[in-house]
Amino acid sequence: MKSQLSRTVRALPTLLRIGVAETVAYRAEFVVWILTTTQPLIMMSLWTSVARGGSFKGYDADAFVAYYLATLLVRQLTGNWVAWQMMEEIRMGTMAMRLLRPIHPFVTYTASHLAALPFRSIVALPIVVILLITSSGGVTHDPLQLGVLPVSIAMAWLITFAILFAIGALAFFLTQTMAISTLYFGLFSLFSGYLLPLDLLPAPIAKVAAVLPFRFTLSVPVELITRTLPHREVAELLAAQAGWTVGLIVVAVWTWNAGVRRFEAVGT
Amino acid sequence: MTKYLRLVAIQLRISVASAMAYRANFLIEGVMAAAWLALTLLPLIVLYGVRQDVNGWDLSSALVVMAYFTGLRAVLEGVISPSLVDLVERIRNGSFDYVLLKPVDAQAMISASRYEPWKAFDLIGALALIVYAFYRRGAAPSPAEILLGAALFVVGALAMYSLWIVCAAASFWVGRLDNLMYLLGAIFDTGRWPVMVLPGLWRFVFTFVIPIAVMTTFPAMALLGTLNGTAALATIGGTLALLAISRLVWRSAIRSYTSASS
Repeated sequence: MKSQLSRTVRALPTLLRIGVAETVAYRAEFVVWILTTTQPLIMMSLWTSVARGGSFKGYDADAFVAYYLATLLVRQLTGNWVAWQMMEEIRMGTMAMRLLRPIHPFVTYTASHLAALPFRSIVALPIVVILLITSSGGVTHDPLQLGVLPVSIAMAWLITFAILFAIGALAFFLTQTMAISTLYFGLFSLFSGYLLPLDLLPAPIAKVAAVLPFRFTLSVPVELITRTLPHREVAELLAAQAGWTVGLIVVAVWTWNAGVRRFEAVGT
Repeated sequence: MTKYLRLVAIQLRISVASAMAYRANFLIEGVMAAAWLALTLLPLIVLYGVRQDVNGWDLSSALVVMAYFTGLRAVLEGVISPSLVDLVERIRNGSFDYVLLKPVDAQAMISASRYEPWKAFDLIGALALIVYAFYRRGAAPSPAEILLGAALFVVGALAMYSLWIVCAAASFWVGRLDNLMYLLGAIFDTGRWPVMVLPGLWRFVFTFVIPIAVMTTFPAMALLGTLNGTAALATIGGTLALLAISRLVWRSAIRSYTSASS
């Protein structure tokens, strides 16, 4: 067990290097993925144009701008395509290569996606600058909140990754998991605050959103940026987020372990 | 021509037969369609829960746009996407060569290759939404408006088909297309909103650059009786141009196709 851990740690720098090389090699694809996360910009212009006629449930135009820029930032840093990658590798049989390695695929996939983060930051950085310049009023100045923000974003990243990894592993059981990832995205759009701030949702649905994991993949870091919360609530949010992170990683690894037994490599 | 009709009929029959093999899906797909419709409607309900009117669009007319969006999404997920997924698969494993060998046009062969019959549920949902929207409005559309609205639905579907074919043609060059289709899907999602609700720049982009408005907003306006003749003609003309362009792109893509099997 110990040797497996040290093996994994030793392999990490190499895995990250491979990930960087992959991102550079598939740069066209990478740009397309970045473009798919621009929907908050459209939503931002829609809601600001709505809010021009007077504030909307407490949100004025500036608040919408801050909200959607923060959403864009978090989504840019946390979005990934591991489910699609896994489906393809399982379908094509190239998954066999990955299984030969003495490291759990959850780690190898994580490393390959983490390596894309510096490139994503290049995109994210200008958003931060614009956010700070345009909506100083809509952004918190609380040092504690800004201090824990990276932690919250990291956990949001892990939750998103774990969910998509589990969906990808479902491809071991079903041949077409496309429908499931579409369903995931539909639920995510609504319950994570991606389409519109959660506090605008009708009360019963907002209650449902509060207990689902989606909120912790996006809305929580966004709220940490755009609202100044009591420290007690910040602690509660982070604790809940940590709970979801651990729980969903367990689910993801379990789904993988159950599925991989059914794997029969196709192709040569 | 009859050859192609027969081809479509045969492939449709195969798809229906294979869908029938998984009859349990009937219930799942039905429930999914309803849930999906509710999900799509929610932002609209939130918006019109507070506002009566956004840039001249009230809830009833926005619901008609939403119905067109739902209907087109059914066409996209029921006809266009499955066929293109099939195409990508064939390019990758080399069996696209056999399609090229067949004595029919490859584009027609591919475009009609697979269906998801259960998506018909979404079409029913779209129709129900239209009926409800006009019931809310308190006035039914005239026969001429119904005719134009139905015709422009077909036109919108053709415009969408052209965009997706261009995207599929791109896969001959870049080899992978899943994420390009995902991007188009994400952009198409904007079609649920009447384009007039968006500010000027986006309105321009979604009318002239990526003609999402042509697919949902204009046909909805035709049914609502607010589309003027010029705009209707421009919609039809623009779509025909798009079809021609996509055909050209497809042809030149085919020419640069190098089989994966050899």
